[in-house]
Amino acid sequence: MITTSEPTARLRPGEGAIARLACLVLQPVLTRVVRRVAARHPSLFARLGPHQATDFLIDPVELPFALHLRPDPQALVFRAVPRDATPQAGATIRGRFLLLLELIDAEQDGDAAFFSRDLEVSGDTEAVVRLRNALDDMDGSLAEETSAMFGPAGRAVLARLRRAYPDATKPQEYA
Amino acid sequence: MSLAELICPAGTPAALRTAVDAGADAVYCGFQDATNARNFPGLNFTPDELAEAVTYAHTRGTKVLLALNTYPPAGKVDLWRQAADTGARLGVDAFIVADMGVADYIARTYPGIRLHLSVQAAASSPEAIRYYCENFGIKRVVLPRILTIPEIREIRREIPCEIETFIFGNHGLMVEGRCSLTNYLTGQSTNMDGVCSPASDVEYVRDADGSMSSQLAGFTIDRFGPEEKAGYPTICKGRYTAPHRPEGYYAFEEPVSLNLSRLLPELIEAGVHAFKIEGRQRSKSYVRGVVRAFRAAVDDIKAGRDANIADLIALTEGQKQTQGAFETKKWR
Repeated sequence: MITTSEPTARLRPGEGAIARLACLVLQPVLTRVVRRVAARHPSLFARLGPHQATDFLIDPVELPFALHLRPDPQALVFRAVPRDATPQAGATIRGRFLLLLELIDAEQDGDAAFFSRDLEVSGDTEAVVRLRNALDDMDGSLAEETSAMFGPAGRAVLARLRRAYPDATKPQEYA
Repeated sequence: MSLAELICPAGTPAALRTAVDAGADAVYCGFQDATNARNFPGLNFTPDELAEAVTYAHTRGTKVLLALNTYPPAGKVDLWRQAADTGARLGVDAFIVADMGVADYIARTYPGIRLHLSVQAAASSPEAIRYYCENFGIKRVVLPRILTIPEIREIRREIPCEIETFIFGNHGLMVEGRCSLTNYLTGQSTNMDGVCSPASDVEYVRDADGSMSSQLAGFTIDRFGPEEKAGYPTICKGRYTAPHRPEGYYAFEEPVSLNLSRLLPELIEAGVHAFKIEGRQRSKSYVRGVVRAFRAAVDDIKAGRDANIADLIALTEGQKQTQGAFETKKWR
C-alpha cells in the first residue's frame, strides 16, 4: 500500500493540547455519525470493495486535527487525530472542511474541486475513487443528518459554516 | 426541427435519479464490468440496481440506454451477451454498442430493442454509418467529436438514422475505440477493459513548492504549478518535454472540456436528434448542474426563446472549455 505525505498544516505552540482536547470532545459525535451512516446506507460498503480495509486520512486544512476513516463494516473506525499523531494512511484527501462536507453531500463536484486545486488527493487513487463513488451514491445530506442530531444548535452551526464559506466553485448564472 | 433529446450520464443509481429529476430525456449507464467504457472502481450498476433504475426512469417518462460499448476480446464475448440478455430482461430502451459482434447478437436476439452506435465505433462517414444501419438495424449514431456542423448537416442528408452529438464534457479526440495509449503504460485496455488511465495506476505527488505531478504507472504525465488548474491524468492530455520543446508542451490535446451550449440552435437546425452530456464518472452535483442548465436551454430554444445557459466553466477540465471541431477544424 502506498503511504502518503503528512498533513500540510503544522501545529503552533499550544495547539497540540487544543487539538487533543478537540479530538476528545468530537469522538462521541464522530462515532455516532459513522454508525448512523453505516446503518442507513449499507450499500456504500459494496462500492468500496477491497478498500473497506483501507485507512483514509481526511485532512481539513484549516482545522487543528485530521480525521481517520477505516470503512470496514465489521470494525468501523472514524476518529479525530491530532496532526502530530496521524496514522500511516493508504490515501489522503485534503481540502477545506466545508468543501469536504459538501463533496460528501454532492453539493460540490469532486473533479471540479480537483481541477481548481481546492481538493488534493494522494496515496492510493483507486481507494479515493471508490470512496468518492460510494459516498456519491448516498441519498440525502450527511451534513443535514448530522446537524439534525444536535437539534436547533446543530442546524445553526451548519448554517453559519455555509455562510462563512466562499462558494467559488459552483456554477454561476450569466448576469 | 429535430427532437433535441437530452441524453445524460449516470454512474450510480443516485446519479440516475438526479439526472431524471433534472430533466433528462434519456439516461445512459453501464454494468460493473468491462462491457462499458467507464469501468471505474466503485462506479456503475448491479443488475438489481439497474432494474430499480429502469422502473424509476420509466415511471417518470425517461428512457434508459445501456452502454455495452467496449470490444470483447477473443473468447470472452459471453460477458457482453449476458449483459445484453440482462439489459433486455430489465427493459432498457436501447443498447449503445461499438463492436459488430455485439451489435449482431443484439440485432438477431432482440430485434425489438433499439441499437445506438457508440462513439467508440468511430463511424464518421456516411458509408460507414449506412453499413451499420443496413447490417445491424442501427437507429442512431453517436458521432465522433471531429466533425464541423456543416459536415454533420451533410452526413444527416446521407444516412437513414438519427444523429446524436456530444455537447458537454470530456473532449477526447483520439480516434475513439482505437486509442491504445493507456495500454502502453498499464497493460489495460480502454477499448476492451473499459478503463482509460485506471485509478489503480494513477498517483498524484505533491511537491514541496505546492506543485503537483500526476503519474500513470510511474510515468509523470503532467506537472501543475501551485496556482495552475489541473486536468485528468490521461496520456492524451499529458504535457511532455521534447528536444525542441524543453519547456514542456501538450503534444496531443490540452486539458479542456467541450461546451456547445452556444451552438445548440445550429446543431438542431443541422438535424441532430439528441444531445449527449459526457460524465458517467462525475458526481451527482455535476449531473444536476449540467443537466438542469441544458434542459433549460433546449426548452428555451424549442419555445423560440434565446437560451440563457448557465456558466458551466467551474465544471470543465482544467477550467477551460472549447467548441472544438464543431466550430472549426483549426480549433487547435
